[in-house]
Order: sequence, then C-alpha cells, then structure tokens
Amino acid sequence: MKLSRRGFLQVAGIAGTAAAGLGASTARASFHTSLDAKGENENAMLVDTTLCAGCRGCEAACAEANGLPAPASDEAVKGARRETAPEVFTVVNAFGPIGHDGDDRFAKRQCMHCLEPACASVCMVRALDKTPTGPVVYHGERCLGCRYCMVACPFEVPKYQYDKLAPLVRKCTFCPSRQAEGKKPACASVCPTGALTFGKRRALIELAKGRIYRNPEKYLHHVYGEHEAGGTDWLYISDVPFEQLGMKAVRDEPYPDKVQGALSAPPFVMTLWPPLLMGLYAFSKRRDALNGNHHEPGGAAAEAKKEDRHG
Amino acid sequence: MASTALTAPARSDWFREKILLGMDLRTYLRSLATPLNALAAVLIGLGFTVLVYRFAAGLASATNLSQAQPWGLWIGFDMMSGIVLAAGGFTLGSAVHLFGMHEYHPIVRPAILTAFLGYVLAVVGLMADLGKPWNFFNMMLTPGSTSALFEVACCVLMYTTVLLLEFLVPVFEWLGWRKVHARLEQAMLALTVLSVVFSTMHQSALGSLFLIAPAKLHPLWYSPYIFIFFFISAICAGISMVIVEGSLTHRIFQHRITGAHADMNKLQLGLGKAGAIVLFAYFFLKLQGVAEGEHWDLLLTGWGAWFLLETVGFVLVPSLLYGYGARYKRVKFVRAGAVLTVIGIVLNRLNVSVIAYNWDKPTHYVPSWMEVSVSIGLVTLGVVAFRWIANRMPIMSEDPNFAGSEF
Repeated sequence: MKLSRRGFLQVAGIAGTAAAGLGASTARASFHTSLDAKGENENAMLVDTTLCAGCRGCEAACAEANGLPAPASDEAVKGARRETAPEVFTVVNAFGPIGHDGDDRFAKRQCMHCLEPACASVCMVRALDKTPTGPVVYHGERCLGCRYCMVACPFEVPKYQYDKLAPLVRKCTFCPSRQAEGKKPACASVCPTGALTFGKRRALIELAKGRIYRNPEKYLHHVYGEHEAGGTDWLYISDVPFEQLGMKAVRDEPYPDKVQGALSAPPFVMTLWPPLLMGLYAFSKRRDALNGNHHEPGGAAAEAKKEDRHG
Repeated sequence: MASTALTAPARSDWFREKILLGMDLRTYLRSLATPLNALAAVLIGLGFTVLVYRFAAGLASATNLSQAQPWGLWIGFDMMSGIVLAAGGFTLGSAVHLFGMHEYHPIVRPAILTAFLGYVLAVVGLMADLGKPWNFFNMMLTPGSTSALFEVACCVLMYTTVLLLEFLVPVFEWLGWRKVHARLEQAMLALTVLSVVFSTMHQSALGSLFLIAPAKLHPLWYSPYIFIFFFISAICAGISMVIVEGSLTHRIFQHRITGAHADMNKLQLGLGKAGAIVLFAYFFLKLQGVAEGEHWDLLLTGWGAWFLLETVGFVLVPSLLYGYGARYKRVKFVRAGAVLTVIGIVLNRLNVSVIAYNWDKPTHYVPSWMEVSVSIGLVTLGVVAFRWIANRMPIMSEDPNFAGSEF
C-alpha cells in the first residue's frame, strides 16, 4: 500500500496541476472584458423601421463591401421571407400591409453585435471575439467548425458554409475596418432615408427615446436591443410590434450568465471530490480489515511473496 | 543474421499465440469467414467509405444539417450518447475500487474496456462532425475557457487518457510485461479518483451545453438544472449498460471466463437494486424540472406525450422493473429494465440535442442515410474491437499469472 500511495500522489500531483489550471480558467465565465459594463461607448446602429423604404441599397452596399455576390433582384425576393446566409450578411424583408397607414413595413436583419455575445462566450477556441469598440469579429483561422455559436445565438445569426471543404462561420462583421478609418459601416453609408443612424450607443439610445417621446402615438415605447440579450449594439424602433417584423422576443439577461452557475462547478468538483472519494476508500478499507478481508492491490499474493523473500 | 534466425520462430510463435489465437494463419482466416463477420465488414466498410466521402465532398453532401439544425446525429448519437453509454467505466470502477464493493470486481474490466472504446469512437464521431477538425489544437493556443464545450473537450481528453491507462492493465498482462504492469497498478487508485472527477465534470457539462439555448430547446427538456440531470442519468446509463453488456458478453465469452467465476445473476440483481434507486431519483428530478418551470400544461401537448414516453416509459417503468426484479430475485426483470434504460437515455440525449432542439421550426431535421451509416459503422467497429480484445486479453477474468491483482 505504501507504493500505491506514492503512485497516487504522483499522478494526483500532475493531474491536480492540470486541473487547477482548467478550473482557474473556466471560473472566469463572466464576459465583461475591458469594455464598460453597459457598452455605452461602443459604436452602435439605430434602425428606425418607420423610415425604411425597403430600397435594399444596404444589401447591395454590404455585398460589395464584403465581396459577396450581389443580392437578388427585387422581383425575385418579393413576398419572400428571407434569412441571412453564408453569402448574405443582411436582408431587408417586407411585412405587411401592417402599418396604420395600410402600408408595408421593412425590417433589416443582420448580426446584432451583443454587448455580451452568446456566440463568443461558447466558442472553445475564441474564434468569435467581442472587440472593445463594438463589433463581434470572427477569426476563421482559429475556428474548428463545432457550430456551437449557431446553437447559442438567440438571434440565429451565425450561418455555416456546409458546402465548403474548409467551412467558415459567416455573419455581418459591422465593417470594423471601415469603422477604424472613421467611416460608417457600408449599409449606413448608402441609406437614403435616414433609417440607419451610426454612432455611440449612449447617443443612439437617447436619439431613439427622443423620437419616441416626441411621437408617443406613433412609436412603440420600446427600443429593441437596449436590454435584449443583455443589450446589443444594433437598436431598433418601430410603430408596429417587433414580432410582426419577424424579430424574436429575446430575454433581457445576458445569455453567457445562464452558464455561469454550471461553469463555476469544476473547481469545487476538483477540490472536493478527491478527498471525499479517498475518505470513502479509507472507510471501505477499514471495513474490509474489520471483516478480515484483504482486498489491497497485490494483497495476499504480494504478502506471500514478501514472506518468501524473507524466508 | 544468426540472431534473427534464432528469434524469428519465437516471434512467429508469439504472433500465433497472441494474435491468431493459436491457429495458423490460414485456419485463422478461415475461422473469420462467418455470416456475422461479413455483415460487420459491410457495415464498417460502408461507414468508413461515407467518412472518406464526407471529408472529400463536405458536410453538405453527406449530412442533412442546416442553418437551423447545426447539430445532428453525429453529435446527438455518436458523441452525446456514445459518452453517456460509456459511463459504466467510472460508475463501476468507483464502486469497486473506492467504495469497496469487491463482489463486482469480475465485471470492472469489461466495463472499462467498453468505456474506453466508447470514448474513442465518440471522438471519431466528433471529428467527422467538425468542419475543420485539424484546428483542434487551437484549444490550447486560444482556449475559450468560458465555453461549456471547452470543459467537455478537456475532460473527455483527460478521461480518455485515464481510461487508456486503466485498459493497459489487461494489455500488459496479455503481453506479460510485469514491470510496467506493477507500476500501473500503483497508480490505479489515483486513476479511479480522476475518472470520477473528470466524469462528473464532462457528463454534467454535456448538459450545460444547452443552458445557453433557453428559447431553442423545448421547455420540457430545458432546465437550469440540466447539468445535474445529465450527471444522474449518466450513472443510470452506466449501471444499465454494465447489465446489458454483462448479459451479452457472459454468454458470448463463456469460454474466456475461467477461474473466479462470477455469479452473473447475483451481480445483476445487486446492480438492479442500485439502478432502481438512481433511476427513481432521476425520475423525481425530471418531475422536479417540470414543477420548477410550471410546465404541467405542456404535458398535454404532443411534445408532452413524447416527454412522458421518455420519462415514464423509459425512466419510471425501468426503475420499477429494477425494483421488482431486485426485490423478488427475478433477473429477467432487471435485464429488461436495463435495456429500457439504455434506450431511454439515448432517447433523452437525442431529444435534448436534436429532436426537441428548435422544436418550433416549420421544417425538421431527419438524418441522411450517410449519417446513419457512419453511426452504425462506428457502433459495429466498437463491438468488433471489443470482441477482438476480449478474445485475447484478460478482460472477462484476470490472467492467472497475475493473480492477486486488485484492478
């Protein structure tokens, strides 16, 4: 048993070191990085759906800026509810007639760039990353293609290139390189009606609420994205319920928080299980000893051999 | 030259004894030509061919995965179910080596071998499903430690290593390597502790994976405590798989069981008693999950019927079968309970990861025949590998030359 215990200590020591590292890192489950908690200074976008005329100029500009195929013609998409796709980062769908004026309403869809993105929190190689200025960016060279980001995203945004041999996750990038040059994202730069306003998140929330307060009869008193999924950098205001624009009712709390409780368990398991199990082992051994059984590794036979050697 | 001439016959003898089961090559090959072997060869060959095709043509051409259904059969069955059905390794290992239930010692080795094969095949299934598996090493370069999947991957990697080391004990007995065998035996206690630590973490973390998708998983299956459900049901699966596999192997490998002959019926009745308790606890937990979310009304829907089929038909019923069988010493009831539990746990893993995921979408995922053939091929490969190993190595009973070995 002496040798056995040394073996135990050796292996347990190695494993303990590894386990402690894992525990320390998994314990850091919160997704607040260097950015301020409410993301007020992040770059953001306000979509005023009452101003959108459905010209789909943003779709074309997005395709051009990201080197994607040009969007289908108006005729081809009429009446169809389209989703974003690996080669389509944004779509503007028509809903209606649903307005008080008996007209259509239009809703642009793209990545919401959450303040605490579920996709980035579940990526096991950090291929998705929240940048301090706002965009949730994707590093294809890190990605191993587990598609957990697609499972996690409450807005169903990340799309996968199933048809490629080295497939990538694809979604709206929020044009970080244009932002770095001080330019608006491609979609906002071409919007002719002012439906898309690019700016700091704090300023845009004030702008959105200002519009609502000045036209309380017109707008719903809700800025979609202010609290959804813990807050997003894309904000929407509307005069029809958001569900009618195909937008999901998403919970307010940050999604990464949902996993925190479970993810904080490993350090406890790793520190509590071994002593508890060893205690049970000691207990069962003592019971065996009281019962007169020998069930140690190499017990009776080893004992006999020792006797022989001495003899 | 002289030395090779001397050792050559010895080597071929070794090969003949250890690999060919004492037959010469021709007799051995002829002995392989059975209808069941032919079937196994076809199934494995088909699965392997599809795997090659999947990597040559991409996921889209081999699977029915979609933007709405990113995880299909390979995750839901090969990985999620493969790992939970391999839980017998740590369940039985800890019962015997830590809790002193020595009467179960004769069935620890088959349980550990099953677990080891199960994990290896689960990893193969996962690799087939990953879009860019060659980027796996990035887990070390840029670790995403906030991910439950990261925890799963790390623990599965470490636990598979632990299982490999535990499996090496019979391998070393087979090879007659006494020195390393003795060294390994010294570490077995620690390995058993580690197997419980890692299993606790990754079996429950497989459930934690879905904590992030509250709106996508059907409310009857989503629970903030899903990771506890997964851990408890893993123990149910472990116990039940040991019974199912014990019944099969004990019959098939009768000729390999020499020396310490285990009273399989008695062991299975004992396992049934444990199974009854753990399964009932699991059933109660599932009920608690419904109560906690106040989802009673959902039980009256179609999804509710499906949920009741899983929790009553494959949790409560087997728990009662176990209890009845153990109480009245009717081993057939215990075995029936074990089969139902195994089906039920696989059903649960498929429900959580595939069937009840995105349940409100208009179109539903149905696996392609190619996905199915890979899964069947992997299971067949596991069975064949088990048989190959159990026919040669001291799995069903210890090597008498290593008598007194506790592990």
